[in-house]
Amino acid sequence: MTIRDRLSGNEAVAIAMKQINPDVMPAFPITPSTEIPQYFSQYVANGEVDTVFIPVESEHSAMSACIGSEGAGARTFTATSSCGLALMHEMLYVASSSRLPITLACVNRALTGPININNDHSDSMGSRDAGWIQIYSENNQEAYDNFIQAVRIAEHKDVMLPAMVCQDGFITSHAVENIELIEDEKVKAFVGEYEPEEFLLKSDSSIAIGPYDTANFYIEHKKQQAEAMVNVKAVALEVAAEFEKMTGRKYGLFETYKLEDADTALVIINSSAGTAKDAIDTLRAEGKKVGLLKIRLFRPFPKEEIAEALKHVKAIAVMDKCEGFSAAGGPLFAEVRSALYDLNEKPMTVNYIYGLGGRDVKTTDIESVYSDLDVIVESGKAGDTYRYLGVRE
Amino acid sequence: MKNKAGQLITPEISWKEITPGGTVYEGGSAHHFKTGDWRTMVPTYKPENCKQCLLCAPVCPDSSIPVQDGKRLDFDFDHCKGCGICFKVCPFGAIDFAKEEK
Repeated sequence: MTIRDRLSGNEAVAIAMKQINPDVMPAFPITPSTEIPQYFSQYVANGEVDTVFIPVESEHSAMSACIGSEGAGARTFTATSSCGLALMHEMLYVASSSRLPITLACVNRALTGPININNDHSDSMGSRDAGWIQIYSENNQEAYDNFIQAVRIAEHKDVMLPAMVCQDGFITSHAVENIELIEDEKVKAFVGEYEPEEFLLKSDSSIAIGPYDTANFYIEHKKQQAEAMVNVKAVALEVAAEFEKMTGRKYGLFETYKLEDADTALVIINSSAGTAKDAIDTLRAEGKKVGLLKIRLFRPFPKEEIAEALKHVKAIAVMDKCEGFSAAGGPLFAEVRSALYDLNEKPMTVNYIYGLGGRDVKTTDIESVYSDLDVIVESGKAGDTYRYLGVRE
Repeated sequence: MKNKAGQLITPEISWKEITPGGTVYEGGSAHHFKTGDWRTMVPTYKPENCKQCLLCAPVCPDSSIPVQDGKRLDFDFDHCKGCGICFKVCPFGAIDFAKEEK
């Protein structure tokens, strides 16, 4: 029997971690992810897990300790947000290039400056090229389910890459919603033991990890690492199929909502997808053919599948909760538009930067985007493709 | 240095065969990495002055003074970086230290 509960996103992830019972958890507190190591250290103090909790002095040290322990052969988790993830930046690359499947709970928060503690995606988008798998979650249930699946995906022998599971700070991390938890023993059986082929504490072999790589070998290692990322899609679907058998909850590379017959659509990440679904229901009741594609896997980016799902749409708004300062649009826009480029008949595509630094996004804001898309379809002209939603003029 | 399948890792190895993450599957592999060409200064061993006190061998940061049967041999110039510590520590003037002519 599944366990019905009411939990915040942070509690849900902390419970997933408790159920998995990792070997090591180095972490440093930062709003809004602080509660995850806080709850988890209580589990450690209460003897509910066997984990060694390392209270480090910074996020750079947290990720460094993750690398050391995962390299030693220990399943290792951590959690962070915002500037914490930015301070890990250097070590994120060491983790991924050393092929260490660490799992990180990222609670999305704006990057400073100006100083802001609220939600947007500038932290994890800043790490998008660090070689980490990135999985995004709309609500507490998805944050919980994705974290459990991420461990399996990361540790798969064809992958062996670290993964971050993202959820929106405060909106998801602190809001309490209904959730269905899986029994402890089922989670443990699903995730299994971490059994790397090689690790530093293996008694019958001596290895060195993370050595200097000369120009003769570096690009071969990068190609090998890139190929592991290519393998993620198939593994993620395999793990999702097994997860669905256990829970009845279905996950893909992304989720579509009323997209099949849609004339206009949004591509969106995390909690605002819930707001958009509500707006879609309202507009559908008025007879408007509107739909949605919600990103789950951003790294790797499933470009063929996304292009296939969007190819019939007349006009698309790609929603970026992150400014990329390319002066040409946000990071999700660049990916989606690039994915659509190979289609013979391309949908018209515009970008909206929205919700930065925790700016509220209401159903009426989303409805206004669909109205803008109607104008684009009627006029046949995309107009300015780099737009802001809800900024005061 | 070899990969797990026993294949020697050379600059011709493909990305499919190279070790994941650059993991080194053996100990003592620094021996394969020749650092002698980093040298600008070079020590010269003068056996006629040497009392075999062996103060020099343990201070060498690169294990470039081989010791056999209790006696030091000539320098391992494949690995000696020319730091000059052995020259400083020798009490008997058995090591010269000068700019290396190449």
